[in-house]
Amino acid sequence: MSWLRFFRRRKSDAELQLEMDSFIAEEIAENTARGMMPEEARRRARIKMGDPQKARETLWEQNTFSAFDKGWRDLKYSARTLLRTPGFSLIAVTVMALCIGAATSLFTIVRSVLLRPMPFRDPDKLVMVYEHFRSATANQDGFNYNVVAPADYYDWRAQTHGFEDMAVMRRWRFNLSGQSGELPEVVDAQAGSWNLFPLLGVQPAYGRTFTEAEDSSGGDAVMLTWSLFQRRFGGDPTIVGKQIHLDGKPWVVVGVLPAGFTYPDAKIQVWITYRSALAPEILQYHDHHFSRVVARIRPDVSLADAISQVGAVQYRLHMQYLNNPVAEDVAPRSLTDDLARDVKKPLLVLMCAVVCMLLIGCLNVANLLVARSAARQKEVAVRSALGAQRFTLIREQLTESLLICIGGGGAGVALSFATTRWLASAWKDLPSAQSIHVDGTVLAFACGLVFLSAAMAGLLPAVSSTGKQVLAALQSSSRTAGGSRPRTALRKWLLTIEIAVTVVLLVGAGLLLKSFLRLQGTNLGCATDHVLTLSYSLPTNKYDKAEKANAFSEALVERVRALPGVRSVAVGSVLPGEGYGGDDVFTIPEHPPVKPGDDLPDALYRRADPGYFSALQIPLLSGRFFTAQDRTERGNKVIVSSQLARQYFPGENPIGKHLRPPAYGKGDYEIVGVVGDTVWQVGQPIKATMYFPLLGGSSEVGLTLAVRTAGDPLSISIPVQRQIAALDPDLPVSDVLTLEQAIGDSLGNASFSATVVLAFAVLSLVLASVGLYGVLSYLMTLRMTELGIRIALGAQREELLRLMLFDGMKPAVLGLGFGLVAGAAATKAIQSILFETKPLDPAVFVAVATSLLLVATLACLVPAWRASRLNPMQALRAE
Amino acid sequence: MVKKAQPDAEMLKGTMDMMILRTLVGGDAHGHTIAKIIERTSEDVLEVEQGSLYPALHRLEDRGWVSSHWGASENNRKAKFYRLTAMGRKQLVRETDRWRQMTRAIGLVMGEEAEAEGGL
Repeated sequence: MSWLRFFRRRKSDAELQLEMDSFIAEEIAENTARGMMPEEARRRARIKMGDPQKARETLWEQNTFSAFDKGWRDLKYSARTLLRTPGFSLIAVTVMALCIGAATSLFTIVRSVLLRPMPFRDPDKLVMVYEHFRSATANQDGFNYNVVAPADYYDWRAQTHGFEDMAVMRRWRFNLSGQSGELPEVVDAQAGSWNLFPLLGVQPAYGRTFTEAEDSSGGDAVMLTWSLFQRRFGGDPTIVGKQIHLDGKPWVVVGVLPAGFTYPDAKIQVWITYRSALAPEILQYHDHHFSRVVARIRPDVSLADAISQVGAVQYRLHMQYLNNPVAEDVAPRSLTDDLARDVKKPLLVLMCAVVCMLLIGCLNVANLLVARSAARQKEVAVRSALGAQRFTLIREQLTESLLICIGGGGAGVALSFATTRWLASAWKDLPSAQSIHVDGTVLAFACGLVFLSAAMAGLLPAVSSTGKQVLAALQSSSRTAGGSRPRTALRKWLLTIEIAVTVVLLVGAGLLLKSFLRLQGTNLGCATDHVLTLSYSLPTNKYDKAEKANAFSEALVERVRALPGVRSVAVGSVLPGEGYGGDDVFTIPEHPPVKPGDDLPDALYRRADPGYFSALQIPLLSGRFFTAQDRTERGNKVIVSSQLARQYFPGENPIGKHLRPPAYGKGDYEIVGVVGDTVWQVGQPIKATMYFPLLGGSSEVGLTLAVRTAGDPLSISIPVQRQIAALDPDLPVSDVLTLEQAIGDSLGNASFSATVVLAFAVLSLVLASVGLYGVLSYLMTLRMTELGIRIALGAQREELLRLMLFDGMKPAVLGLGFGLVAGAAATKAIQSILFETKPLDPAVFVAVATSLLLVATLACLVPAWRASRLNPMQALRAE
Repeated sequence: MVKKAQPDAEMLKGTMDMMILRTLVGGDAHGHTIAKIIERTSEDVLEVEQGSLYPALHRLEDRGWVSSHWGASENNRKAKFYRLTAMGRKQLVRETDRWRQMTRAIGLVMGEEAEAEGGL
């Protein structure tokens, strides 16, 4: 009832007037009855009545919530002021929309990736445990977290009790056969020990998790992730208990994981038990690193204590296998950090860039508002002379910036709905990319941002324009510079800061861009153009003998080579630039044995068919390539990279020497050739590499086919896949890409950060130049009379141009100076994500300074030129 | 609100509502009658100013202590009549009690004990 009166103010006002009319009528009637003349009766009635306006006002106020009403009035007033200058308002709102939109999107991602807890029971009690090599070389690329060997894990779990439990997992890949006419497909799998799900506290959506008995060699239990369950099995829960075929072997579905479970990433389609697809002897290895260990901290044991127990076990193992690559130590890492390891730094860099941009946006709006408040100086002075409170005036101006920011915020959030989706998909390696979306928290963040920016952008101009110099403002003529000098100085300072922040952004963007160009320009050491790549893996139960696998590979190469447009064909385990692919230690029988405690020689491990090197144009430095004769029992040959020869055979001819990798147990491999170095991962230093003949009896399942073509490589992809299907219709292929695409994917993040930061920087540059232009135009208007007099007195136009230009460039040059200094300091922070680019790269700094000066000059030139073209008569009359 | 006796305005501000409610005990009345009754019964000590009478009436109505309806006055003019509601009656009792306590207390302080007690 009572609050409704607010909306009935008009009605009760009308009623009140009627009531008062009736009062007057009654009073007149009474007065007349007392014998007064009609004129007198009316007069007395009015006197008795008093001021009707006062009654109306009292009632109106009584019916009004004053704060609300004042706010509403401010809002109306501000909206009108803003609508009077639509150009200004549009610019300001757009600026804020871009800034707030970018900040919101980035916050969404940062929150999902770095801040949101995992969907596990007590996720902060979970920790990853890695092996840690202490040697300096192992830690040269940052603190070394090495994946764990299975035997190490089993010893940790059996011999220590500091953790509630420890579980182990590893990646795997399967060919999932079609069952009712579906195509076969390659699925990413994860193999986890039976205790993993209980340890994480994950309940299956259907069925159950693994039992201890199922976690054994030859186990056939499989769990589906929600996405595969929905996509391939139509969300039908009766799949539990049925069989699916992985690599041609039947597996029993025991359960389905819940929808939110996308750990460790969303690519995983099926889970199997840790031991089930591993040969039992691999579990005995202490130097076969391929697993990740997750542990739950016990409430009564500190993490440090638990880790030191595990570390003691590991050190014992290290001493026991002195010559093998068994780490000396272990290191814990939080789950969130573990998943975000590659994106954390770039994310933080982007977050800084976005904060810079937000700052620039606020400064820009503040600058524009200062200009407006200067124009309204007289109005403000008159109003405060008439008794307006300073607080009221500040509130009014803040409302204006609040309106701008709310408009910008609304548009910005709408923008971020779109950009967040794009960012999440454009950014490779982003963990939990599926769960990234704008939600309540993010909207609350955006609201907070709106108010923060409104306060930042509005407070300074509002406070500065409502000072106490009422008299000065009233006295000063509007166009003389005197009264507004402090305000102009304020604008120049705002501009200086804005330019300084812009320069910092530009420097950062320049460095990232240069680093990206360096990455892109990396010479892989092989041909990368016109190469189609395609992965497949031969299931071991069907291709159980080396002969069968060899026959398939040779037939495939033969068939593909015969296709029109194909120049050469290669088959290997991993192509250059496609990543790590495994490494192994070896000894050299011709050399004296390695001293106990020293690391064994180590090299990346590759398999290559006879055509591999010539097809990929990896140069032969000495010796020979593989031939078709290097197969099965005669396949104990090896080709080494030039880096391996330099590193382990300094001053020797490695041809004819041998490598003895203990992991293969096949004895010595004779070095038959030395080939040029290739880059294994763009942005990483070259590693020693050894190539084993593909036909030499391969236990390798995952293979890559590379086809060098005369024309567009992708146009050949369908014919190639047909050839594979003709050889084995059940064999799915994956990763059909050109080699350039495959490498580009690994550069995706570098290109992404560089592009986004560059976009921010360019936007900031535009904002800064708009600011410069605005300030100088305003200055020119202020000094119109003065300029007119100068021209009338015979000042040279060039002189005036120089004068105005100098005035405008001062904040630009000052800001540039500050910015370069701040930028030099700030770039230290991004040093670690730069590739072959020094943080104080002179070229970048020079380019930034030049482009900023150029843009600033252009922004200043227009108003300065206009000033020099003034018509003195008009300028003087304008006063 | 109060002119002739010039007591402290604040002190009597809250009593306006009480007096209006008291006036309405005798039956429905419109603004003019209410003012007249207050003036007459106070022997013309209190002169009701319309600038505060009408806002007060609207306030009372908003709180649900009086209801209003348009009707014809004694002189057959259109006027807005106010009626005491049940809630208003309760409020009047509360206000009166408080008022009595207050005047007694003030009386005690002012050394008019006998008179004040006699008044009760």
